[in-house]
This record gives sequence, C-alpha cells and structure tokens, in this order.
Amino acid sequence: MATETAAPPASPPLGLTKREKKILTDPLWDNNPITFQILGVCSALAVTVQMKTAIVMAISLTVVTAFSNLAVSLLRNYIPSKIRIIVQLSVIASIVIVVDQILKAYLYGISKQLSVFVGLIITNCIVMGRAEGFAMGNPPRESFIDGIANGLGYSLVLITVSFIREVLGSGSVLGFKVVPGFLYAHGYVNNGLMVLAPGAFLIVGLLIWGQRTLMGVEKHD
Amino acid sequence: MNVNPIKLLEEKLEAARPLFEKGGKFEIFFPLYEAKETFLFSPATVTAAGPHVRDALDMKRLMILVVVAILPTFFAGSYNVGLQALAAQGLPTDPVSCMLKGLMATVPIVIVSYAAGGIWEVLFAVVRRHEINEGFLVTGLLFPLTLPPSIPLWMVALGISFGVVLGKEVFGGTGMNVLNPALTARAFVFFAYPAAISGDKVWTWVNPAKDKLVDGYSGATPLLVAAGSKGPQVVAALTDAGFTMKQAFLGSIPGSIGETSTLACLAGAYILVATGVGSWRIMVSCVAGALGMAVVMNAAAGPESAGIMFLPGVWHLMLGGFMFGTVFMATDPVSAARTKRGKVIYGLLIGALVILIRTVNPAYPEGMMLAILFLNILAPLIDYAVMQGHFAKRKAWRGASNV
Repeated sequence: MATETAAPPASPPLGLTKREKKILTDPLWDNNPITFQILGVCSALAVTVQMKTAIVMAISLTVVTAFSNLAVSLLRNYIPSKIRIIVQLSVIASIVIVVDQILKAYLYGISKQLSVFVGLIITNCIVMGRAEGFAMGNPPRESFIDGIANGLGYSLVLITVSFIREVLGSGSVLGFKVVPGFLYAHGYVNNGLMVLAPGAFLIVGLLIWGQRTLMGVEKHD
Repeated sequence: MNVNPIKLLEEKLEAARPLFEKGGKFEIFFPLYEAKETFLFSPATVTAAGPHVRDALDMKRLMILVVVAILPTFFAGSYNVGLQALAAQGLPTDPVSCMLKGLMATVPIVIVSYAAGGIWEVLFAVVRRHEINEGFLVTGLLFPLTLPPSIPLWMVALGISFGVVLGKEVFGGTGMNVLNPALTARAFVFFAYPAAISGDKVWTWVNPAKDKLVDGYSGATPLLVAAGSKGPQVVAALTDAGFTMKQAFLGSIPGSIGETSTLACLAGAYILVATGVGSWRIMVSCVAGALGMAVVMNAAAGPESAGIMFLPGVWHLMLGGFMFGTVFMATDPVSAARTKRGKVIYGLLIGALVILIRTVNPAYPEGMMLAILFLNILAPLIDYAVMQGHFAKRKAWRGASNV
C-alpha cells in the first residue's frame, strides 16, 4: 500500500482543518474500508449475527485503530523501515490485549460471545493497513483522526449488516422482538440463512452492489 | 368480407411499434414489446454481430423445447401430489380427482414463480435495456418442481427472486451465471427455511392440524426411510414402508413436485436428447458416476452402517431428485462444463458426489442440489484442465519447436 503523505498544515488546536475533515469523512462512504477496500470482511461475517456483538466489536476496532495509528505515528521517525511491520504489530497487539482485558472485566458475557474475534483484531487488515499506509507518513493528530474515521466506516457497515441480519434472522433488534406476532401466526418464518455466515456474505455483497451503483462505479480493470 | 385475424393482430401490433421505439411514449418498455413480437411472429430483425447462423432453432424455440420436455414431469408430479394427499386422508384415489387435487396445489406455485420471477426479469430488462430472456421460462418452471407441494407461496416468490437476481442478474444476466438459477433459488429456500423443505412433514399436501389422516401415515420420503433404517435389509425396510421399485419408477412416492416420477424424467430426457438440446454425455456420465459410487459404498458398508449404505445403485437413480436433476439441472448449458471430455468428468463427479452426500452425510438425506451446485462452480476449472491437456497433447504431437 502506498504511503499517503502531505505537508502538515498548521492545524488549530480545536476544530478541524479542511484536510482533517476529508480524512474523517472519506472512509465513511467514498473509501469505506469494508465495502470499497474489501478489508476486514472476516470479522464482518463472524460477529454480525446480533447487533449487540457487532456494536461492541465496532467500538473495539475503532479504539484499536485510533490508538495504534496514534502510537505508530508518534514512533514513525524512530522505526527502522526494515522491521516496521513487526513494530506496528507489537503496538497493535498491545492495544488489542488491553481492549480484550477491559471487555473481559466489564462485559464478560459479550466478550465470551465474541470469543477469539477480539483477539483477531490484531490481524484485521484495516488496523494494519492504516498503520502502514497512513500513520507511518502523517503526524499524530491526523493519524488519530484517520484511525477513528476508518473505525467508524467499519462500524457503519458492521452495524448495518448486523441490523439486517438480526431483523431477518431472529426477528429482533438489539434483542427486542420487532417482527409482530401476527406475522408469525400467518406463517412468517425467520430467515435461517441470515444466521449463517453466508447470509453476511450476501448482505455485504448487496451493500457493495448498492454503493457502487449509487457512486456510479461501472467497471474495474 | 374475409378478415384474417392473425393479419389483423399483426397490423395492430405493427401500428403500436413507434410508441415503443426510441423516442416513443413507452420507450422504456421496449423489452416487453420485443418479447411479445418474437413470441408471436418471426421478427424481421437479424443478429447484429457474427456468427450468422441460419437456423429455425433460435433461443426462444430452444427454451420452449425444454419447457415441453419438463411438462411430463409437471403433470406426473401434479397427479402424484393429488394421489399422496388423497391417500393420506383415506379418500378415494380415482385418476380425475387425483389430477384435480394435484393441480390445485401445483398450479398456484408455478404461477407465483413465474409472476414473481417475471417481475424481476422485466425490471432488469428495462433498466439494463436488454431483451427479456426466454431462459426464464425454464427457470420459472424448474424451480417450483423442486419444491414440496406444501411450500408457502411467499417462500416461492422470495426464492425465485433470489434465484433470478442473485443467481443470474448480478453476474450480468442469462449466459453469464455461474450457478443454475433454479437450483440457486432452491438452495436459498433450503437454507433459509429448512423446516418448509426438509424432514417428513412437508411432502404431502395435507394440513395435519385440520385434515384427518389415515393410521400409519408417515409422510417420510423413501430416502429418509433408507437413511433411518439400519443394516443390509434396506430394500425390505423400503418395502415395509410401502415403497416398491415400480412405485419409485412411476412416481407414486412422496417427494418434491417434479422429482418423483423417474418415467416422466426419462420422457423429458428423450425429448432433450432427440432434439439435441440436452447433453446425453452429461446424463449418461451422471448415471454412471452414481452407479459406480453406489458400488463403492455398498462394499464399504459394515454390519452396523445405516441402511442407505447398502442401497443398490439402481434404487438411488429412482429416489429423490436424482433423475430430475440429471436430466434438467445438470444439463443446463450455461452452468455445465462445455468441452466434451469436460462434460463427462462433470457428470461423473455429480453422480459420485450425490451418492457420497446421501450415504455419508447424515444431515442431508438428499444431495442432488448440493452436488450440482458444487460442480457448477468447478465446471470452468474442469474445462480449463481439459483444454490445457489438449494443448499439451498437440504440442507433443507437432513438436515443441513448431508451436
């Protein structure tokens, strides 16, 4: 991945510069990490059966990406380029372990449901990609914003997918039943495919289709 | 005055043409106009790009031939649906009431399938400005025949929508699809609503809560009976459950609508092969693969194995969706292998895989759908390997320097 660099503008301590605003909004739609860059799909499939787990996962990943970007950016002038991936990984792994321990301490039930997927944030391409592709060449403040933005882009897709899967697959939102009882009485059945991983594949695929149609991206070489 | 009604119709339609052509009022509905025109008359337009083959057999005629070949299974299946339903309630089973009762179940399913799938088909034709493809006539009829008669109609509509949109249109429409759209639709229903399409309660068109059923009625398909029995007496177990080989051949057994009658499938196979529409290579190699794998499984069965392991290959051919899938699904020219040798490999693997799923995987008593879909995915790879082998042989024959 090419390193994105730019001359750092004199940024005000509060409020965002134009460039920072673009860093913040780009990953939400135009350059969404899941639907446009097709990164981090594995966890998008695994934790989106229910909204509850998806939201916790989304927050965890946003925190990890933001702070790993910040740390890597602070260290970027001291990291020898030959071993930079290892250094980035150690930073990411440390932060993931902290997040994992916090979840275990305060949200034990959800932490159990998420099982290995919190630990697997270490291998999430989005975290690694932002550290390598952005934080290595940009100042800490912008890197931190970029981490949050990419986390939010990931969260947006994750929560959308989990919402669709939970409504269609279990008839509920955040655990509350939303499909009215008379529908079931008239023969409506929850869609079992949505509870299986292929259901997430289909939803992510449809989101990508929808996004590219709206953006007018016709063909890729 | 003598008026020719056909001539009159043609003149009226021709008069409406400007409305649908570029700049006309109903321009966006041109695909609909075009479909009507080519169905009723021979269009005056010719193919824009080569190759130009003069042949009476265009895409429309070809697909209509497949529909004709499917019709025997539709009527035999409808008859059987009525027969099973009436027999389960202990009512008289004379041919007329069987047929009427059966059509009452099957016709709505087919209509819903055509209507729901047709809407998507027209929508994509209008948006993408291509012709309405006649392949849907086949898909829309094949899909309902793979369903149990008790399937709720909204699931039929949802299933065919999935098959048409995600099985075909996302890939670019007919001719571009990797998977057979009718089976994609069935796979969707199978995994989304397993209770409506598997088990032993769905194959007979009765309502267990309301209708009075005869004593000893079970509703299990022969494959379920065979999978549930133990040891080498599997054929006896089938006979005990009331399934003879003659019944399995003629099709008076519970099952999906179109799959029960092996005879009707063979009639369809005859039409497809005689007209050159369906590939006999695929059909024959499917059967050969299944028979071969059945021999292997019979030999591998131990005394404690499930009965299905001991089931002779001939039975396998007549039970479940094997024949229906072999004749109508595996031969789909778009999703099957294209090379001659590839077709044989493709068929053999489908046949072998079906028996493997039926005997070894206890979760799926029937494996035809999964086997065909899996080989649909492998078909391009098989063709690639066959062609590479061919190139290598030519190279060796002509000498490497000459290539």
